[in-house]
Amino acid sequence: MTQIVNEDKKNELYAFMDEVSQERRSNSYLIAVLHKVQQLYGYLPQEVMDQVAEKMEIPTSHIWGVATFYHYFNLKPIGKNIVSVCMGTACYVKGADKMLLTLKKELGIEIGETTEDKLFTLQEARCLGACGIAPVMMINGKIYGELDSKKTVDIINQYRKAAQTDIE
Amino acid sequence: MEDVQYKMMLCDGVSCIHNQSKELQSAIESELDKSGIRDAVSIHLSGCLGMCNKGPILIVNPGYTIYGGVGSEDVPEIVQSHLVEGKPVARLVIEEDHLYNRFFRIFGDVDFFGKQMRITLRNCGVIDPENIDDYLSVRGYEALAKVLCDMTPEQVVAEVKKSGLRGRGGAGFPTGLKWGFTAAQKADEKYVICNADEGDPGAFMDRSAIEGDPHTVIEGIIIGGYAVGATKGIVYIRAEYPLAIKRLEKAIEDAREHGFLGKDILGTDFSFDVEIRLGAGAFVCGEETALIHSIEGARGMPRPRPPYPSVSGLFGKPTLINNVETWANIPVIILDGGEWLSSIGTETSKGTKVFALAGKVHNTGLVEVPMGTTLREIVYDIGGGIPNGKKFKAVQTGGPSGGCLPEEYLDTQIDYESLAKAGSIMGSGGMIVIDEESCMVSLARFFIEFTQDESCGKCTPCREGTKRMLEILTRIVEGKGKAGDIEKLERLGSMIKKSSLCGLGQSAPNPVLSTIKNFREEYEEHIEQKKCRAGQCVALLSYVVNDECVGCGACKRICPTGAIEGTRKEKHLILDEKCIRCGQCYDVCKFEAINKV
Amino acid sequence: MAEEITISINTKEYKVASDQTIMQAADKLGFHIPRLCYHPKLSIEGACRVCIVQVEGMQNYVASCSYPISDGMKIHTNTQDLRRARRDIIELILDNHPLDCHTCERDANCELQRLAASMGIHARHFEGEKKHYEKDLSSDAVIRDPDKCILCGRCVRMCSEIQQVHNLTQAYRGFSTVVMPAYNMPMGESVCTACGQCINVCPTAAFLEKNYTQDLFEKLNDPDTVKVVQFAPSVRAAIGEAFGLAPGRNMEGELVASFRKLGFDYVFDTQFAADLTIMEEASEFLERFQNNGKLPMITSCSSAWMKCMEQFYPDLIDNISTCKSPMSMQGAITKSYFAKKIGVDPKKILSVAVMCCTAKKYEASRPELIVDGMRGVDIVVTTREIAWMIKSAGIDFLNIEHEEADHPLGMSSGAGAIFGATGGVMEAAIRTAYELYTGQTLVDIEIEDIRGLQGVKEGRLEIDGQEIRVAVAHGLGNANNLLETVRKDPTRYHFIEIMGCPGGCVGGGGQPYAQVNAIPLDDVALKKRAEALYDLDRSKTIRRSHENPDIQKLYKEFLQRPLSAVSHKYLHTHYKAKMPVGIVPKTERGSGV
Repeated sequence: MTQIVNEDKKNELYAFMDEVSQERRSNSYLIAVLHKVQQLYGYLPQEVMDQVAEKMEIPTSHIWGVATFYHYFNLKPIGKNIVSVCMGTACYVKGADKMLLTLKKELGIEIGETTEDKLFTLQEARCLGACGIAPVMMINGKIYGELDSKKTVDIINQYRKAAQTDIE
Repeated sequence: MEDVQYKMMLCDGVSCIHNQSKELQSAIESELDKSGIRDAVSIHLSGCLGMCNKGPILIVNPGYTIYGGVGSEDVPEIVQSHLVEGKPVARLVIEEDHLYNRFFRIFGDVDFFGKQMRITLRNCGVIDPENIDDYLSVRGYEALAKVLCDMTPEQVVAEVKKSGLRGRGGAGFPTGLKWGFTAAQKADEKYVICNADEGDPGAFMDRSAIEGDPHTVIEGIIIGGYAVGATKGIVYIRAEYPLAIKRLEKAIEDAREHGFLGKDILGTDFSFDVEIRLGAGAFVCGEETALIHSIEGARGMPRPRPPYPSVSGLFGKPTLINNVETWANIPVIILDGGEWLSSIGTETSKGTKVFALAGKVHNTGLVEVPMGTTLREIVYDIGGGIPNGKKFKAVQTGGPSGGCLPEEYLDTQIDYESLAKAGSIMGSGGMIVIDEESCMVSLARFFIEFTQDESCGKCTPCREGTKRMLEILTRIVEGKGKAGDIEKLERLGSMIKKSSLCGLGQSAPNPVLSTIKNFREEYEEHIEQKKCRAGQCVALLSYVVNDECVGCGACKRICPTGAIEGTRKEKHLILDEKCIRCGQCYDVCKFEAINKV
Repeated sequence: MAEEITISINTKEYKVASDQTIMQAADKLGFHIPRLCYHPKLSIEGACRVCIVQVEGMQNYVASCSYPISDGMKIHTNTQDLRRARRDIIELILDNHPLDCHTCERDANCELQRLAASMGIHARHFEGEKKHYEKDLSSDAVIRDPDKCILCGRCVRMCSEIQQVHNLTQAYRGFSTVVMPAYNMPMGESVCTACGQCINVCPTAAFLEKNYTQDLFEKLNDPDTVKVVQFAPSVRAAIGEAFGLAPGRNMEGELVASFRKLGFDYVFDTQFAADLTIMEEASEFLERFQNNGKLPMITSCSSAWMKCMEQFYPDLIDNISTCKSPMSMQGAITKSYFAKKIGVDPKKILSVAVMCCTAKKYEASRPELIVDGMRGVDIVVTTREIAWMIKSAGIDFLNIEHEEADHPLGMSSGAGAIFGATGGVMEAAIRTAYELYTGQTLVDIEIEDIRGLQGVKEGRLEIDGQEIRVAVAHGLGNANNLLETVRKDPTRYHFIEIMGCPGGCVGGGGQPYAQVNAIPLDDVALKKRAEALYDLDRSKTIRRSHENPDIQKLYKEFLQRPLSAVSHKYLHTHYKAKMPVGIVPKTERGSGV
């Protein structure tokens, strides 16, 4: 099963790279291709970066340099839920640092890490553009605003409960 | 089929979505079905309307009634009273007590180019950003038609020069000059780029402009392409803005279909197309040479200039780069003339500027004001002042590249030179209001932490220097500051400003230098007396229970470290050595029985 | 044509050509602006900010390495504020750099140290956290020590722009930036060709050769072994620089004498094996040429090139000469022919090679080169290492009485000497191939077309009415460009010489560090080193490999004839495509790459 899924992902990636290779200066689409990889795999697996290198004829060192430069790219597998805490100025002024501390404590991880149960990955976000309801965090694209420590922990617990229900 | 009588605009900015605007939409739809007037009302999503704290925002046209804080339970009343009986629901209408409400009125004017407060955002909230016909109905692509049919590229450049428009990305370089440089280059290929890599923490103007009115930006880009002789435009946008990307994609597609993009545009021999390239999370890519490297598929590291992009830019070709807000000004300049734009604003700064107003202020959101408006007008008249009876302390403009201006600068006019003279910068438009509860040292530390994290690492002053500044600031807020630290910060700061490779490094010390300049005594207090007057630096404060304590036990229950002792109905005690200064007890106490000292 | 304009530097006016940067103009006028990331052969980085100057009318300082001059420009290179800014910049670098100068291999030979001294940094103001990473000791040849790295980017640019190997990149960003191979792969497993050019351009000790000097000192004290040394042509042409001499002095006599003083029992010359290589290689070429063998034949002397080829050009494996490098031939003959001659068990021989090259350390460990269960060369040290050993042993190198190498593996023709310069192998091969094929004497044996520092050189000659087209490339980047042509047009050349390093072996990764204010890999120095070898060639009466009497004797007594079965056993090798196959980048790309 996983084999087939991986085959599908690979085919989709190669189709995307084929499309890109039609463009002039196709090498310049490297970042777009890496976005595609992350969209398919959730992060940038080394063997997939090798495939990109071969197919696009870009040195792996160059791809590695790019992959590590941009914070958007994950170099390790990530958790089921991505918790991004907005550290924009408005959120900061309204106590985002405190909330981040709460989250670190509650999840027992630092920024960029994933919990052992692979349920949460904690990230810092630049301004999410929701300054009006600061401080905010985003979980899998959903915004939670006007947070305080208690509300934050409650939200995390909701996700934990949901995961529990999923298992059951 | 019944004619559409009412047009509802529903804000789908991030804040409003958080405030259940999606749920509101489905409630309205089902209520309309119930009332049998579904066909008489059209519903549109608008992009951020700029009144984020009052969301969700709903506008009913005609009449331009603005509803705020609408819940699903209010929907039957609005439908019945307003849409069926024609009487707006007064209790939900946002009172016209602030300047920006007037802007919304102005939108309705047919002659909305007449009074002009909102230029860049003139269509945000007025049109459906996903509907090109809506854009066409507000004279969309008319500027393009005018340019292609009646104007030579030189005339376009001249018009932009005449407008006095300056780059809205922060540096304020005269846009017309930039266009002229690129136009003057002889090359087989040229590019125009729209910089939508808005990365300042606390700024979301570009995002809102694109989400609310993508066609204006695209039209501006096409005109720019024509003026400088480019055949390709690229919008470089943050991957973190999925809705803006989606709207942009749709707009480009629609523009292609309508013949505004592609081969032989509008039957002329001018061909031009636009493509979108995504960033991947690097603030430094807002710098033009870093942005170019990023589009080329490389690490987003700046390079020394000259050569400037207008000579050697993307793929080594002459390239014109402007930011979203700058591009959005272009169609207006063409339609109403450069002279008209130059009639707005101050001697050196023309037109309007959009700010993302946030922080400790009543009304947060997007505001677009004519250059020359004072900071006081924005903070108090538009922003409604400081909430919770707190005292104003400073206003921060320009994000991590800008500075903090105290009370005595509140009458500073918004223009490039005045802000610079006051010790801040225009920047891309972040504006954060700070009250007495914010510590200026930790705010400076926050910004340096940001730039240090976003430093590309190429040049020594920025890579190493901001790290050392951060270390010094960290020790100051942790109560370990030493005599001489302020001088070290000043010395490092001025060196980094003068010696760094790119704008990021050259402006990184600004928040620190400006807070030292305007709030030096706060630094000194931290270092000498180990005191933070704002009560924000946790290492420098303790929580103590005062005599107001009734022994309710709320603080004891919430304390995560068990640092609070006490029996019920008796005064509690906080054990300083166990306390991690999270402040939860302070927040939870209903009797103001806990003091920060 | 550039017009003449007037600029002022430190208030004095000068007339200069307009098409220059501030640094170029200042250099010519005798102002040496301090610099760090700048290298004339590499693209402009503008990163270190050490070369900043003040230009009147500009708010910020500008990097003189990249900023063009213009008429009327008023430049200040030494104001008080500027000096302080520069000083602080250097201090910031030092603040994030280990404080172990006195135990560092580059002590007294470090650009950062010199800069710090010239800035007068006597106190630290900004010390704080230092980065810390593990040293990468995985490669047999090149050590990577990120703690010493100051992120000038010269190595990355060298590896990608000049060598086009693209092994190194800057990874991560900001304060966390580190120079590393892809995926932070150990150097020993990466596509690093071990050419050592990163070492040559590194201003500090972030890249070093793997040092075998202590090991060698210890083994030289072992009374139970026969200690044999060979040294490459280019070592003699460059080692003088490590003792403060100007480039281009041939130090052969001093070297031979020093080797004996260090404790070697026999001193042989790799130039002898160079002659031997020519015998085999010229014969191999003629055989391919006459019998429709695979052409073009490509030389195999350069070990960095060998690794590069196996990774990036597996399709060309059959084009590569099967000849071992001179070093490995010499090692193989030492442990067979020579061992028998002196009646010693070859296992008791310590075979040491002193090379201008770091990749030879890697080559010596290649399993393909093992004969009779033995490596031909046991220890490889570079010119730098041997210079240090000579100093460490207290040998008065510059005043020592000259000595000559031993027989039977120590005498060479002039053709063997020029191996060290780009084009030298080809020239030597032509001298012999022509005469072997035609039986006539080649009159004009100095082939100017393939001498010099042009990236790719072409030549043609006639042998018996047939045209032979040859090409020469030095530096892996030039090789890359040449081989792309070959892939497209396989019949364009018959014979190709490729050397992995700029200038050939004289520019090897193991050569002495540049002297104070000199530029590493400076063309003038490379030319002078090469000239020393051409002079050596001219000074010899025997200038053709096949005329070397010791070579003739070796064939008579042991090898029989070129390409014989014995030759094949000891002098030839084979190659394997290495996986993962490396990536040769597309040619058309953005300026950011």
